[in-house]
Amino acid sequence: MTTTRPQTEQEKFGRHRPLTDLDAHEINRIEELSYDLKVREVMIQHIITTSPEVPLASALELLRVNRISGLPVIEEGNLVGVISLEDIVRALQKNELPLPVKNYMSTSLVTVKATDSVVEAIKTFSEKRLGRLLVVDENHNLMGIITKGDITRGILLAVQRDYKEEEVRRYRASHLFEDIVSDRTTLVLRYDIKAGDFTHGGNASSNIKRALLRLGADFQVARRCGIAAYEAEMNLIIHTTHGGILKLEVEPHKITLSTNDDGPGIDDVQKVLQPGYSTATDEVRAMGFGAGMGLVNINKCVDKMEIESTPGKGTKLVMRIFIPNETLNGKKASP
Amino acid sequence: MNLQTIIDQLQLTILTEPRDFTSIITQGGYASDLLSCVMAGAKSNNLWITLQAHLNIVAVASMLDVAAVIITENAQPDEATINKANEQGVILLSTHKFSYEICGTLWEMNIR
Repeated sequence: MTTTRPQTEQEKFGRHRPLTDLDAHEINRIEELSYDLKVREVMIQHIITTSPEVPLASALELLRVNRISGLPVIEEGNLVGVISLEDIVRALQKNELPLPVKNYMSTSLVTVKATDSVVEAIKTFSEKRLGRLLVVDENHNLMGIITKGDITRGILLAVQRDYKEEEVRRYRASHLFEDIVSDRTTLVLRYDIKAGDFTHGGNASSNIKRALLRLGADFQVARRCGIAAYEAEMNLIIHTTHGGILKLEVEPHKITLSTNDDGPGIDDVQKVLQPGYSTATDEVRAMGFGAGMGLVNINKCVDKMEIESTPGKGTKLVMRIFIPNETLNGKKASP
Repeated sequence: MNLQTIIDQLQLTILTEPRDFTSIITQGGYASDLLSCVMAGAKSNNLWITLQAHLNIVAVASMLDVAAVIITENAQPDEATINKANEQGVILLSTHKFSYEICGTLWEMNIR
């Protein structure tokens, strides 16, 4: 039994607020970028090199003139070592600057591949505590040099590029309702859902969630719609004879989700609204579906739910979410 | 608590692509194998503990933005599931332990 409670992350790092969905999303995106980003995209290509026979004094001059702290050493096209300012300082102490580079260069070379992701380089930096890494190709030919500064710059550029792309998409989408003038504008998205298609289960609802975010919906609204859409989508996959259509209708102050199918229909609608009631097969239940909570969840997520069903004919489910105070493009509604 | 600490302490196997798990902060958890219950109960940044290992857990995890899925009792997701998880940025972790044990340990680690 422990008597003292371990410090929470917040206490340790002094965060003033809990991490929100949005923060988490952004952190993950930066991580993703550092995996996507390859060393070759951020490394410095035009590198200055020296050779093993050159006197240390000349190497020092090269470092000084170019304001750099290390040089790769090349012999007949092959990478044989690195000479850094620190090595030259050691030579200086012994008054050996006239000696050739090869006497003081370091030959244990730490390299990264040009095709590695930036994350590999970051790992190597922290393991080896080095200031720069040599970038090589498959055949160990020198391609460039990479420093922590190059990585920071590369990630910042990528974030900016990425952010701009999503911004542009979001901007275009969220202006839809302003730019197209009508007495009542509705954006309709339809998804054909196949019966028994568990492989694609959840794809439509995840597209719906993304579409709503791009249209400028608040994160909580998009999440509620996403969950309701997911349950409705899975109902079509699990319970219908031929699948059905999942439809999203977006208006500035209202989101309507609906499903339509052609059977088998529900015998007792009141029964299916009871928590825990399910007609799912054992096979489907083994996958974790058929908890009898689908419609119950939908009801919790949406403001209004209507279900109409005729046995032998089919079922129509309509779910509405109202966004009275703000429009989807983020502006307050006019009074 | 960050996910790396949890992975280390629970000795979890990472099934999806490696990432910097130290920057993923988890807040609480939810345990169930019934997907609809998870939909209703799990919050974003939660850990989800389940012994389900099929493709559909990825859609649920991604919809809810859970921090990671811990698959218990050595249930093994197939390649399609792992690929889809990588595609959607969902982290899948695995352990031979029971869900009960994992929850107990997490609770003791003050993930509540």
